[in-house]
Amino acid sequence: MSVVLLDADAVARTVRRMATEIVEATEGAQRAAIVGIRRGGVGLAARLARLIAESEGRPLPIGTVDIGLYRDDAATTLPDPKIGPSHVPFDPEGKDVVLVDDVLQTGRTVRAALDCLLDYGRPRRVWLAVLLDRGGRELPIAADFVGRQVEVGGDARVRVVVSSDGSGPDEAAVE
Amino acid sequence: MRRLRHVLDIASLERDDILRILDTAEAFFEVSRRPVRKVPTLRGKTVVNLFYEPSTRTRTSFEIAGKRLSADTVNMSVASSSVTKGESLYDTAKTLEAMHPDVVVVRHGASGAPHYLASELACGVINAGDGMHAHPSQALLDAFTIRRHKGRLSGLRIAICGDIAHSRVARSNCVLLRAFGNEVRVVGPRTLIPPRFGEAFDVRVFHALEPALEGADVIMCLRIQRERLGEPLLPSNREYSRTFGVGPQHLSIAAEDAIVMHPGPMNRGVEIDPRVADGPQSVVLDQVEAGVAVRMALLYLLAGDGGSSPEQEPR
Repeated sequence: MSVVLLDADAVARTVRRMATEIVEATEGAQRAAIVGIRRGGVGLAARLARLIAESEGRPLPIGTVDIGLYRDDAATTLPDPKIGPSHVPFDPEGKDVVLVDDVLQTGRTVRAALDCLLDYGRPRRVWLAVLLDRGGRELPIAADFVGRQVEVGGDARVRVVVSSDGSGPDEAAVE
Repeated sequence: MRRLRHVLDIASLERDDILRILDTAEAFFEVSRRPVRKVPTLRGKTVVNLFYEPSTRTRTSFEIAGKRLSADTVNMSVASSSVTKGESLYDTAKTLEAMHPDVVVVRHGASGAPHYLASELACGVINAGDGMHAHPSQALLDAFTIRRHKGRLSGLRIAICGDIAHSRVARSNCVLLRAFGNEVRVVGPRTLIPPRFGEAFDVRVFHALEPALEGADVIMCLRIQRERLGEPLLPSNREYSRTFGVGPQHLSIAAEDAIVMHPGPMNRGVEIDPRVADGPQSVVLDQVEAGVAVRMALLYLLAGDGGSSPEQEPR
């Protein structure tokens, strides 16, 4: 059984609000750059970058990080062949980097993504944006921009689909 | 997906294994181009490079691959001794065992030495070249380079030129490239291609450069391994160069977008003309760069503890 948390319209509204909050917090996104965490965060990152670029009238640097090589359980869960390339085509030095993921739970992914991002340079500041915060943290990590806070059991599977251009089918659901 | 225990030769890998290694290497390729060229993936793992033969590039490549993954890399260069190989290898195996390495990378002058180590050691073993038998990591990095330049790894016409007889690189490449459905041609003087090589590896044998290079998408030059020649199989370098050296005039016979490869180290002016080696169709340095990525992939796939893959990524 699947319970819809956000339908396509709700996703669109939520992402628009997050984009506005990011622009506000980063003083017009002058130095902002968006980095999506592979793979769940990539669609949302592209969507946010697009909305911010539209409202501010200029494109934002955008990148992706793959946490496969930085996982704290990398040694015990090997061989997990699903490693994708990271791609940060700009120098993070001096930037306000917004790290983007679809769901925040334990915080371990974000910890790994931070390590990866910092290997590319030293940002002025790193923010965290997630569509869903489902609780259950195992590390002291908090998001700055949250689409929706939800309480779901630790075992529940949360499925999030966010297209990069709003063409759908966007949805967040618990299965 | 089955777990890779050892990488001893191409023949013992399945097509899926090869593709998984190449795909994993794609992810590692990017790491070497970052400002910080190191990821913490194999922190606390130990990789021993055990080299019984002199080697600079392969050993360095494995060493850099291990270091970029944060593994502790130890080099053991063993000078060839008079001790019979079986004995010394057995003792070395037991000594290594006691140091609990996670991966042993071995190069040995005797074909089959890495297989023997693999049977004695609990850890993973990578063959970095054994005798005239196999050099799987070289064939894999060649495949990686070909795929990057040609966009595919099948249906290509590939000419391997030179000293086929003494070349483990040629043997591993023949096995890999045939497994992916390429037309493979080997070309060299009769003294440097073993009898029935064509049947054994299902490749076409030529004894003249021009017909072999006709329409080739990939030209692979091999080093003339003079140190391996026990008796004079070649009249002279000059004579060899005139008949089998790949020069600019040969590139017009091959496909227009053909790439030229060489596993190194090159004998410039012998098996390859400097104008070809440094020309726009040469991908020799790309092969070196690919080598680090492919060896990172091998170490990564072998050094794990072998737990099951999690169904879902941690959030």
